[in-house]
Amino acid sequence: MATGFVTPLYNKRQRRNTITKFLSLGATTFGLTWLVLILIVLLWEGFSGLSLRVFTEMTPPPGSAGGLLNPIVGSLVMTILAVIIGTPIGMLAGTYMAEYGRYDKLTFFVRFINDILLSAPSIVIGLFIYEVMVAQMGHFSGWAGAVSLAVIVIPVVVRTTEDMLILVPDTLREAAASIGLPRSLMIQRVAYRAARAGMVTGVLLAVARISGETAPLLFTALNNQFWSTNLNAPVSSLPVVIFQFALSPYKDWQSLAWTGALIITFAVLALSITARLLTAQRKTS
Amino acid sequence: MSSMAAYTVPTVNNAPINVDGLSDKVSVRNLDFFYGDHRALKSINVSLYHGKVTAFIGPSGCGKSTLLRILNRMYDLYPNQKATGEVMLDKDNILSSSQDLNLLRAKVGMVFQKPTPFPMTIFENIAFGIRLYEKLSKSELEGRVQHALQRAALWDEVKDKLGNNGQSLSGGQQQRLCIARTVAVRPEVILFDEPCSALDPISTAKIEELIDELKDDYTIAIVTHNMQQAARVSDFTAFMYLGELVEFGETTKIFTTPTDRRTQDYITGRFG
Repeated sequence: MATGFVTPLYNKRQRRNTITKFLSLGATTFGLTWLVLILIVLLWEGFSGLSLRVFTEMTPPPGSAGGLLNPIVGSLVMTILAVIIGTPIGMLAGTYMAEYGRYDKLTFFVRFINDILLSAPSIVIGLFIYEVMVAQMGHFSGWAGAVSLAVIVIPVVVRTTEDMLILVPDTLREAAASIGLPRSLMIQRVAYRAARAGMVTGVLLAVARISGETAPLLFTALNNQFWSTNLNAPVSSLPVVIFQFALSPYKDWQSLAWTGALIITFAVLALSITARLLTAQRKTS
Repeated sequence: MSSMAAYTVPTVNNAPINVDGLSDKVSVRNLDFFYGDHRALKSINVSLYHGKVTAFIGPSGCGKSTLLRILNRMYDLYPNQKATGEVMLDKDNILSSSQDLNLLRAKVGMVFQKPTPFPMTIFENIAFGIRLYEKLSKSELEGRVQHALQRAALWDEVKDKLGNNGQSLSGGQQQRLCIARTVAVRPEVILFDEPCSALDPISTAKIEELIDELKDDYTIAIVTHNMQQAARVSDFTAFMYLGELVEFGETTKIFTTPTDRRTQDYITGRFG
């Protein structure tokens, strides 16, 4: 009976639905408001300082004009190195966990520890690398910065590699085995191929994660006011420069800090969008 | 060779199978299979005859797929699964720990329930398996790919798009691609695990035709839920129930004069 629907019970459920919808919407709006405000301020302050000079000149002493070339290059170099160091380790570990040792106790422990590492405060990682590299070598260095960033990359890549490989259906593995394909080749030619988009996304997310990290670099790469490509010496980086310049009392430094923040934000945004596009591609294919 | 324990094949009408002109390609002897502690197969004895199609029928969970997956030791990919007894492929016990699994699987190919093309081009899907075991020139390889696709009755449909992704084909075409891939490796035995259950009637008819053609060169085992299919494509049929092989014999006899009550009930659709 159609009239049977309009009961007090049904009305109550509808009221509850409306309230929940309203609360969810409110929570979303609350969260987004701050994000939008941050972006507006960032765009406003960042764009006003943006000029070609930012990309061509070194960080200036207080009171004079300059750019952000040395921290941009320093960040790029350390990020690339961190990816080069961290990606193979992360992918191999993730491959072991998903393909070779899926049912092993070791995998269970590695996954547990990896999850802890994934959420470890980056300042702790910075301190750790300070102890094992900077203190041993006796000076801050770009290498130590890259390694500390690599330690952040590894758990992200381990996690996404394992997750993406587990998503590859077992039927595909069985099909590969059924034509006499050894496991190593099955992984390289079939599983990696099927999981490729997801695995690349994982690396991009890791890059996005480390490109804004300040804490681990403070203890390792420190900072360098001058142009330097020597990785055995302190190296400048955008997050550290932003940290230093933003807290300074000098107007030009503060303005450069805003611009630096804008550059990082857009770089991360571009990476995230690429990652999203790749994931979408994987779903439709 | 190990000494073979006594065994009996539960044949239809309890009459021995006329083995004139038949030779065992695969002999299963006193085979038990365990998922952990669960005994999923109970003392199975059966033969796959050279150049014949043997169908395995029975209700879900009776162990027919499990049996098939022992014949190429697919179960070895997973932990806590164990087979005991003997499975002789020609003169070798494939259950022995010294058996090289990759070589075994190159000899005993398998086609699955769901089409499983690899994420690569149609050409590569076939060429991939060939290259694993043979070093061929480009033209030889192309010839082999073409031959395999022709054997699978797919060549005419894909010859102009060999560079397309294998996963872009329709379900029925994908399944024939998988058959071509299996044939290309030149196996001796082909196992079909419900190869048509995901396909429409027209694709199903094509696959059945193919199986009929392939049996001249290969020994074939097929698991199916579809009794008409078993009757159409197979020379021999084994009926399984609750992990036991209830009855085995020539397909015509199983379907016309089954001995066991359970076989009768199943093929007349009273259960299952």
